[in-house]
Amino acid sequence: MSRTFLGMPGIPHGTGNLGGEEPFPRSAARHLADHQMRANLANATGTIRAKRASVVSELPDWEELRESGRAVKEATMARLDEHLVELERRVTERGGTVHWARDAAEANRIVTDLVRATGAEEVVKVKSMATQEIGLNEALEEAGVTAWETDLAELIVQLGDDRPSHILVPAIHRNRTEIRRIFLETMPGVDPDLTDDPRQLAMAARAYLRERFLRAKVAISGANFAVAETGTLAVVESEGNGRMCLTLPDTLITVMGIEKTVPTWRDLEVFLQTLPRSSTGERMNPYTSTWTGVTPGDGPGEFHLVLLDNGRTAALADPTGRQALHCIRCSACLNVCPVYERTGGHAYGSVYPGPIGAVLSPQLTGVEANPSLPYASTLCGACYEVCPVAIDIPSILVDLRGRQVESDRRPSAERIAFGAVARVMSPPRLWRSAQRLTRLGRLLARGRATLPAALPPPLSKWTRTRDLPTPPSETFTRRWARDHGDRT
Amino acid sequence: MSAREEILARIRAANGAAQATETEVPRAYRRSDGRPPGHPELLDLLEDRLVDYRAAVHRCGPEEVAATVEGVLTEALGPDRAEVLAAPGLPGTWTPSGAGRDDGRPAVRLSECGAAVTGTAVAIAQTGTLVLDAGAVCGRRALSLLPDVCVCVVRADQVVGGVPEALERLDPLAPLTFVSGPSATSDIELERVEGVHGPRTLHVVLVASA
Repeated sequence: MSRTFLGMPGIPHGTGNLGGEEPFPRSAARHLADHQMRANLANATGTIRAKRASVVSELPDWEELRESGRAVKEATMARLDEHLVELERRVTERGGTVHWARDAAEANRIVTDLVRATGAEEVVKVKSMATQEIGLNEALEEAGVTAWETDLAELIVQLGDDRPSHILVPAIHRNRTEIRRIFLETMPGVDPDLTDDPRQLAMAARAYLRERFLRAKVAISGANFAVAETGTLAVVESEGNGRMCLTLPDTLITVMGIEKTVPTWRDLEVFLQTLPRSSTGERMNPYTSTWTGVTPGDGPGEFHLVLLDNGRTAALADPTGRQALHCIRCSACLNVCPVYERTGGHAYGSVYPGPIGAVLSPQLTGVEANPSLPYASTLCGACYEVCPVAIDIPSILVDLRGRQVESDRRPSAERIAFGAVARVMSPPRLWRSAQRLTRLGRLLARGRATLPAALPPPLSKWTRTRDLPTPPSETFTRRWARDHGDRT
Repeated sequence: MSAREEILARIRAANGAAQATETEVPRAYRRSDGRPPGHPELLDLLEDRLVDYRAAVHRCGPEEVAATVEGVLTEALGPDRAEVLAAPGLPGTWTPSGAGRDDGRPAVRLSECGAAVTGTAVAIAQTGTLVLDAGAVCGRRALSLLPDVCVCVVRADQVVGGVPEALERLDPLAPLTFVSGPSATSDIELERVEGVHGPRTLHVVLVASA
């Protein structure tokens, strides 16, 4: 690595629900012991992987769409300042108000003040990663405002006093039996004969929320996209709870990370094809709403857009890691990740779990505040392969690991050991002698493919989780010398 | 410095540090389906996709729209049906007898209606999507949302192949709703259940060209 990136002086990192107290290996070990969760997750991710693969294979131009999506995002970021100013101008022209928030606390303050100004004591919410990231519900609660989550999975999480574990399906760790129990225990007026049939459970949520939609004065949403040239916002959803929130209340407040911007209306033709197929494995999600400012006689009369930084500009300053800002939150990378499938989303400690969370969270907070997440991956590359905007997650992970090591200058057994290895590997003569010594390993292996696992402590910390292959009878350099003459 | 100025300054500093340069966006994907709007294959594809989402599709000729809509409503709501509201600008020849016009009533009262009848701005065959543009023919957004049954009338010439062809026919300044089947959720074990908050039943009346 030619240089080490440790953040731009003057660009602060983000705060909020972006990392746990516990390092990933420890929380992962704890969550791995939850067999019910693992079974639920293996079942759910298996289903969604098959659906995604099937609808993606229908599009002969999938790779071209993927490349265009990546390029649109890259082009957006290169002139993000201009696009945001244009977005602000267009939204304002159409009767909306734009607010800017440097961090989580500022965004929460802006939203809380806006809600207070309406006199409302409750708000309905559309599922939004940005508002989870900043902990908006808690901030509203402190201000005496009740926030009703209206997405079915978010409702399950909220009623169960739980935390989301997946970007798209926050209650993916729960099965139908658990959901039935949560509804029976917490939903006022629910039918006591409720079964665990998903249809019945969905109907219970419909009845419970309809009344809240109809009386709500204020709604809070996120946004999937914002088109700079027209000032148009887009929310992609399934249940219709988004439409309820975007259409019925008098006031709509949308909180959006600045990276959700796209330059032109035409750019949506790419993402509206790739996002639904990648996330729910559908050709198109049931409902997508777009709106531009305020439309007299249709929908909220007051519209506020809160543009959130919270560490995004710090991530933007990183030449490798900035591509994590291209993420369109489809969650395809979670569903294919062998680590996520086993540990579940809670182990990551951040509202952004899985492979994208392992790169995004440390970049928003700074890697010093999230040192273990870059290691929450086997680097198998499945996430990169399915990403609809081709984010090279493995490369960012490797880069972040490098930064994490560089940022931690304390001597460790690993550092000392690798220092010694480096000294042995540098001079060819010393290295060849060392290679001859490895032949001893063949004696230990006694014909097996791998060496006996256990080295004595402290080296056992390394060998416990890694197989050491039996050294070959001849090294590559020797064979090369034999076949091509010794030119080393 | 205001938050706005500060965030913009951070972006400029970050892009400078990362030496970001703007590159050309390639668009090698299919921007046109190749088949003209209303092509019989597109109509079949649209129907197939909609049925896959568990929407009901009814085909009819241009003279039979009102009767077809009438039949759908009777089947969906029964003979003593609850109030049916049509979009204010729905053509008279599409409007079944006995349907009222949306008069902008409050949401609570709209919610009590049995069904809504609307037109469509554009339909996308590949994805089984109808786009409503909140104009007079489609009606305000709440109309196609609150009543439990939604009947959308689509003319054959409004059916395009793919998403790009649809977006270029739409006005981004109008509030748009892309509808692909009835309301649905996959939040419980990723098993799709039709009918959550939006209409639980979607009927599409597909009208052949004259």
